[in-house]
Amino acid sequence: MSVVTDLTPQAAGGGRKRALQKTASKHHSWTIVVGMAIVGTLLAVLAYIPPFTLAQPSNAWIDGFTNAGVFVMLALGLNLVVGIAGLLDLGYAAFFAIGAYTYAYVASPFGNSIIGIPIVESLGSNVGGLVFWPMLLVGALVAATFGILLGAPTLRLRGDYLAIVTLGFGEIVPIVFLNSDAVTNGTNGIGGLLRPALPGMGSFSAINPWPYYVTMLVLVTVIMILCYRLVESRLGRAWEAIREDELAAAATGINTVTTKLLAFALGASTAGIAGVFNASKLVTVSPDQFTFIVSFTVLAMVVLGGMGNFWGVAVGAFTIYTINNVLLKTLNEFFDRVSMPILKDINFIELQFLLYGLALVAMMLLRPEGLFPNSRRQRELHTEMDEPGADELMGGDHELEQEDMR
Amino acid sequence: MTALPATSDAGSARAPAGRVFKLLVLLAIIVGIAWVAVTNLGADQAIEQLVNALTRGAIYALIALGYTMVYGIIELINFAHGDMFMVGAFVSLTFLGQILGLEGAVTNIPLLIVLLVATFAFTMSIMALVGVTIERFAYKPLRTAPRLAPLITAIGVSFILQNLVQLVYGPYQTNSPKIFPDTWVIEVGNASIPVLSIFIISVAVVLMFSLQLFIGRTRLGRAMRSTAADRDAAALMGVNINRTIAITFLIGSALAGAAGVVNGLQYGVARFDDGFQAGLKAFTAAVLGGIGNTLGAALGGFIIGFIEVGATAMGYTRWGPAIVFGVLVIVLVFRPAGLLGQQLGERA
Repeated sequence: MSVVTDLTPQAAGGGRKRALQKTASKHHSWTIVVGMAIVGTLLAVLAYIPPFTLAQPSNAWIDGFTNAGVFVMLALGLNLVVGIAGLLDLGYAAFFAIGAYTYAYVASPFGNSIIGIPIVESLGSNVGGLVFWPMLLVGALVAATFGILLGAPTLRLRGDYLAIVTLGFGEIVPIVFLNSDAVTNGTNGIGGLLRPALPGMGSFSAINPWPYYVTMLVLVTVIMILCYRLVESRLGRAWEAIREDELAAAATGINTVTTKLLAFALGASTAGIAGVFNASKLVTVSPDQFTFIVSFTVLAMVVLGGMGNFWGVAVGAFTIYTINNVLLKTLNEFFDRVSMPILKDINFIELQFLLYGLALVAMMLLRPEGLFPNSRRQRELHTEMDEPGADELMGGDHELEQEDMR
Repeated sequence: MTALPATSDAGSARAPAGRVFKLLVLLAIIVGIAWVAVTNLGADQAIEQLVNALTRGAIYALIALGYTMVYGIIELINFAHGDMFMVGAFVSLTFLGQILGLEGAVTNIPLLIVLLVATFAFTMSIMALVGVTIERFAYKPLRTAPRLAPLITAIGVSFILQNLVQLVYGPYQTNSPKIFPDTWVIEVGNASIPVLSIFIISVAVVLMFSLQLFIGRTRLGRAMRSTAADRDAAALMGVNINRTIAITFLIGSALAGAAGVVNGLQYGVARFDDGFQAGLKAFTAAVLGGIGNTLGAALGGFIIGFIEVGATAMGYTRWGPAIVFGVLVIVLVFRPAGLLGQQLGERA
């Protein structure tokens, strides 16, 4: 592309605007902190009152909410890529896997023997667990690096290719982890990871779900704030411009490749953080945790929640996770217990993907903006669908890059 | 890469310089593969593996045609197309196993021919119907929606197909009657070539040839080409766009059905998630050949077959998908228009 520009927000006369934005963002950040605190407390209370206590013990609820939180993080990150920048990433689980394995190399005896630094052995679990906190950043960086490596060649092409390349990448990463036995311990994966630790508190325990729960809440809050601030920045507006019309965005001086690459890398880094957290919680990583099922589940969460709207996506992710792992399981057990004919033979958990499929199709046909839409996105989707000639724009808008590539 | 400029404009599919370059590339690939095969395996093994690769390639090529036709005409990566292949395999095994009650090989040649024709006809017509139905309800309403919408719908359709099959046939492999006898082989030197492989390759070649004729010579084929080139202009010229797109889906799905039949005859099993990997490989084949180009898709299918069989022969079976994916990325980086460039959809 010949259009090159820098992304630093130094446009003339931008000072007043930036001041305005700053207050807006600050306001937003506090809304998010307060909102997350309320949600976190409410969920914790729910776990201790009937009818929820009837389905499973309170600790199991808290633990389940923490797992749901991992998917909320993933959905927030994917929303940045799919919902805001409009790039279809079908191999998002690959970055989740990369984050998790990054942590495993630093925080397990097996991983340490590969990298040659005996962190676990020399520091022990109480001090060694402190490594979790900086590893959140390292995991994000490593995942972002892979995102850039994958995105750099493919983001120049039209969007459809990105979808298929990421699909392939998502398929390949678990295969690589599975087959490189010497470095990744193959099918069994890497076990015995350190749990996170805090100074004065020591290592998180396997029985008490609360420290993980609180950590999850903090991480989700931070990611949410970062997402909102990014979207309100110049970069965020560039993402939305590209999503709505790439050719017009390029014409206004946005470097589309760099901008898309940044969205891709930032989305990947969120998955990296989620990966590190999830690995530290499960204390084991193995290739089967990161199949395409994870990628598609997260995508369904983003689409159903409402592409582009962070709160909507978070709610979508949380709801879908809870439906999958609590409601369907409970339904199974319930119908087994009362032994209803037909219904007891149905495995509701197996139906999960049939439901996703139906939901994805129905959503795209009836309400493409999702359950909790982003207002701009909603307008965009509806005007384009109502305009008879709008398909020309979509059909032809990426031709330039392809021609350049040859 | 200096020979490339001639191919950078869309009309160059007929330019002699571009054609020579493409032929040279092809020749180099074929000679390279043949050289690696013969030096590593010896001539007899190499012949057997060649036939094996062509058989697999034929299946991928049949699937790739559906991807490339749909992409050529409405620029949609039909993620559900790999699953159409899988459904085709199940339709064929249901027809042979449940409806006709067959189990093993049929050695009576006239009966075998009748059975094969019936299976292909049955599976391909059912799949054509499924394909057109899906297009009507899932993709047609989204024809003017933003690009992301039909892509996501296609993923949804893929889930639905997989899980419906899983509900009916369960999560394990289902046996598909291998009615074509395995024991029929032709001896060439010390190598033995299964007649089944020759049959599969011929079926694929005949289908592809008919498709070429259909697209090149018939009125409907011309309607398809004009719709791919410029939908609005085609509509102004009196082409029925909706019908043309429906026919594209019909043909693509029928070909996927044929691939499903052939797959059942060759491997004798089918599973609900077979379509995912096969679809990914077939899509790579379509991109490799030049998406939108039907000849390219056929060529790409055979190349992917060679790559995969080559990887298996050298002991890298587990890395097969990774190698195919590597090929996809390399093609996209260095030659996104594919080996044969665009022919059907001369837009990009």
